[in-house]
Parts: sequence; structure tokens; C-alpha cells
Amino acid sequence: MRIIIIDYGAGNIQSIKFAIQRLGYEAILSNDPKEIKAADKVIFPGVGEASSAMRKLKDSGLDTLISQLKQPVLGICLGMQLMCNHTEEGDTKGLGIFDVDVVRFNSGVKVPQIGWNQVEALKTALFDGIAEKEHIYLVHSYYAPIVKETVARTMYGVEYSTALHKDNFYGTQFHPEKSSVVGEKILMNFLSIKY
Amino acid sequence: MLTKRIIPCLDIKNGRTVKGVNFVDLRDAGDPVALADIYSKAGADELVFLDISATEERRKTLSNLVLSVAEKVNIPFTVGGGISSIEDVDVLLQNGADKVSVNSSAVKNPQLINDLAAKFGSQCITVAIDAKQIGGEWIVHLVGGKVPTALNLFEWASEVEKRGAGEILFTSMDHDGTKEGFANTALARLSQDLNIPIIASGGAGNIKHFVDTFKEGKADAALAASVFHFKEIEIKDLKEQLQDHDIPVRL
Repeated sequence: MRIIIIDYGAGNIQSIKFAIQRLGYEAILSNDPKEIKAADKVIFPGVGEASSAMRKLKDSGLDTLISQLKQPVLGICLGMQLMCNHTEEGDTKGLGIFDVDVVRFNSGVKVPQIGWNQVEALKTALFDGIAEKEHIYLVHSYYAPIVKETVARTMYGVEYSTALHKDNFYGTQFHPEKSSVVGEKILMNFLSIKY
Repeated sequence: MLTKRIIPCLDIKNGRTVKGVNFVDLRDAGDPVALADIYSKAGADELVFLDISATEERRKTLSNLVLSVAEKVNIPFTVGGGISSIEDVDVLLQNGADKVSVNSSAVKNPQLINDLAAKFGSQCITVAIDAKQIGGEWIVHLVGGKVPTALNLFEWASEVEKRGAGEILFTSMDHDGTKEGFANTALARLSQDLNIPIIASGGAGNIKHFVDTFKEGKADAALAASVFHFKEIEIKDLKEQLQDHDIPVRL
């Protein structure tokens, strides 16, 4: 199985690579469109500020490629947010894969949310074998509201989407690579999705 | 519900774990990667590595250590100690650290916080503040608490939040090493004044101290070293008792 982690200079890609290694697979870091298109699984990471990450993605010419991919794609954290229509952070236009606008937490909670929260109302194969209310690790200031593509929900002042799914595209607001054994199971579920 | 975090802190010197009593008289408490693995399996929510080496090779030793930890550990970890530039942070994050903490370098050059937050995002920038009371006022200290500054703890904490810190790690030098509990009054004020998470540090001696720092100190996370390293408190027992006190934890 060829697993590509998109390397566009905005991510904790080493941690994801190591997490996949612990599952017994090897992931390749790449920004080469041909290599990405030929992969069986694509992981789209992202950490940092949205507008600068989007700029880096555009500079590497990968912004148009990602939404055209046909194999399973997993956006993590900022990666997931960039797959949405728009994010309030830096007033950034996203890839438009998930039909939702990402907004800043604004309901009397500390921002950023840092730590372990719970996922609920779990849908799709991504959460096979994962119990409701399992804890996952999050660190973020912006969130995707609940929409029809929502496949996991979390409460932090407001109920919001901690995972999204549409066709071959998946996104998690949480970091599966940092979410202990629960996260490893979710990553394994993603790698097991048929293509 | 967002849970309260329990964070073992590993003080690192030349690639080995140490823990000082009041930051002096260091004792060896093991291999950092092995300890990190043990703690992640024991239910720690996060780890902090604080490098106190003063050698020429310290940057390289630390970045190699970060890589080894990232390879092995499936929970988030923060790295601090002597970080003073964008380049320092870049290497550590690229090697798999989730967050970095800056302390003295931020006091000397507050603009560093803005620069780091702009480049890497607030969520991975923790500002560590060491303070102790002088004549009833909380004064920020440098060099492991030895050198007083002109800064008031609460004013400095508000400033680092405005400059883009994602989190504050507050160590009370009056409490550190005493095992008599955290600085809950100051912690509660920080939590009330600021809108970013606060990690309580310094003074953990027993499980009740953790209950108190979450209830009275309103802390979002609690950090400790020797009580974990010397197995005076097991993380599982700690979390079970926190849950018995209606404090949300990940079990």
C-alpha cells in the first residue's frame, strides 16, 4: 500500500509518519503531483495559520490537485479546515470539498482548545470499533459547525464537527496520530478503507 | 467534555532525565524515551521535556531526542529549554514536537512570541513563566528562578496572551520542590484574567494537591515531575480520584 503524506511545509508530518510506522506501514512524504495521484491513501496534514498554509499549498500547485483525487484522502486538523469552503482564520478561501465555513470559538470558552475531548454520534468506517465518547486529542481555535457531512461531534461551548466525510474525502479536527490507541485505531481504519 | 490534563515533566540534561529540588541538587530518574513510553501507557495526557543542558551540542542532542520520542510516543509533547529563535522552533516541530515552550528568551525579546505565533500558530507556542512573591507581589524570575525581573506575573501573562501565546505554563518558585501544593490563588487569578489555557506547575506532593489546583486554582492542566518519577503517585490512581471529585479526566 502506497501511503503519501502531502508535504507542503505546513504540518507535523513527522508525527503522522511515525504513527503510520507504528501501525506497520511506511508512509512517504511528497509534494509531487504524480506520486500523490498514484497513491492508495493520501494524508493531508496541517498545523499553523490557515492563510499561510493555503498560500504554501498554492505555491506548490497542490490546491487544485487535492479536490480531484479519487483515492481515500484524510485531512487532519488544519488540513481538514482547508478542505472546507472557507475559514475565518486569515479570511481564507478553502478547497470547497466540505460544504461548511470554519469559524472561531466564541462562546465563553478558552481559546485555543487544547487537550482531550470526546467524540460522539460516530459515523463511517473511520470509526469502526470506536466507542461513543472516546477521548481524542485536539488543539485548535477554529471549528467547523455541524453540517450534513459531519461524522463525529464534540462539545466545547458549542457542538461542532470533529470529523467530516464526503465521497472519498475524510477530515478529522483531532490528531489521530497523537490520540493514543484510539487514534491509532482510527488511522488504521482509514488505511483499511477499500479503494 | 474537555478533560483536565495530567502532564509529567521530564527535565533533560545531556540526553538524560533529571529532576531538581528547587532546581538545584539534581538526581537521575532515567532514560527519557523509556520514561516517555511508560508515561504514555500509564495514562499521561501530555509530556513536557525541559532541556537544562548548557553544552555546545545541546541543540543537536535535543533535536535527536525529540525525534526518538516522536517515533515512540502516541501522545502530544512539548519541548522547552533554551529556545530563542524561529530556527530553534522549526527544527523541534519538524522533528515531531507538538508544542514548544519559551521562557527567558520571551522576557528578553517579547517580539519573539509574536513572531513564533505568526509563523507556527498560537496553538504550538507555550510561554513558561517562573515567578515568586517578593514583598507580596508576584515577580517573574529567570534562570530557573534565580534572577528577578521587573515584571509582574499577571501583567506579563496578559502581555504574552496578547502577543499570541497559546498557553501558559506557570511555575511558582515558592512552591516548586516543596510538595505542599500548587499556587492556587495566583493560578485562579491567571485563569480569570486570561482566555488561554493555564498549566499549573510547582508544589505537587499528593493527590489532593491536584484536586485543589483544578477546583480552587481553576487550572486546565497540572504538571509535576518527581511525584511521578519516583512513583509516589500513579497516574491511574490520580485520575480515578480526580474523577471521584467530579473533575473530568481521560481514563
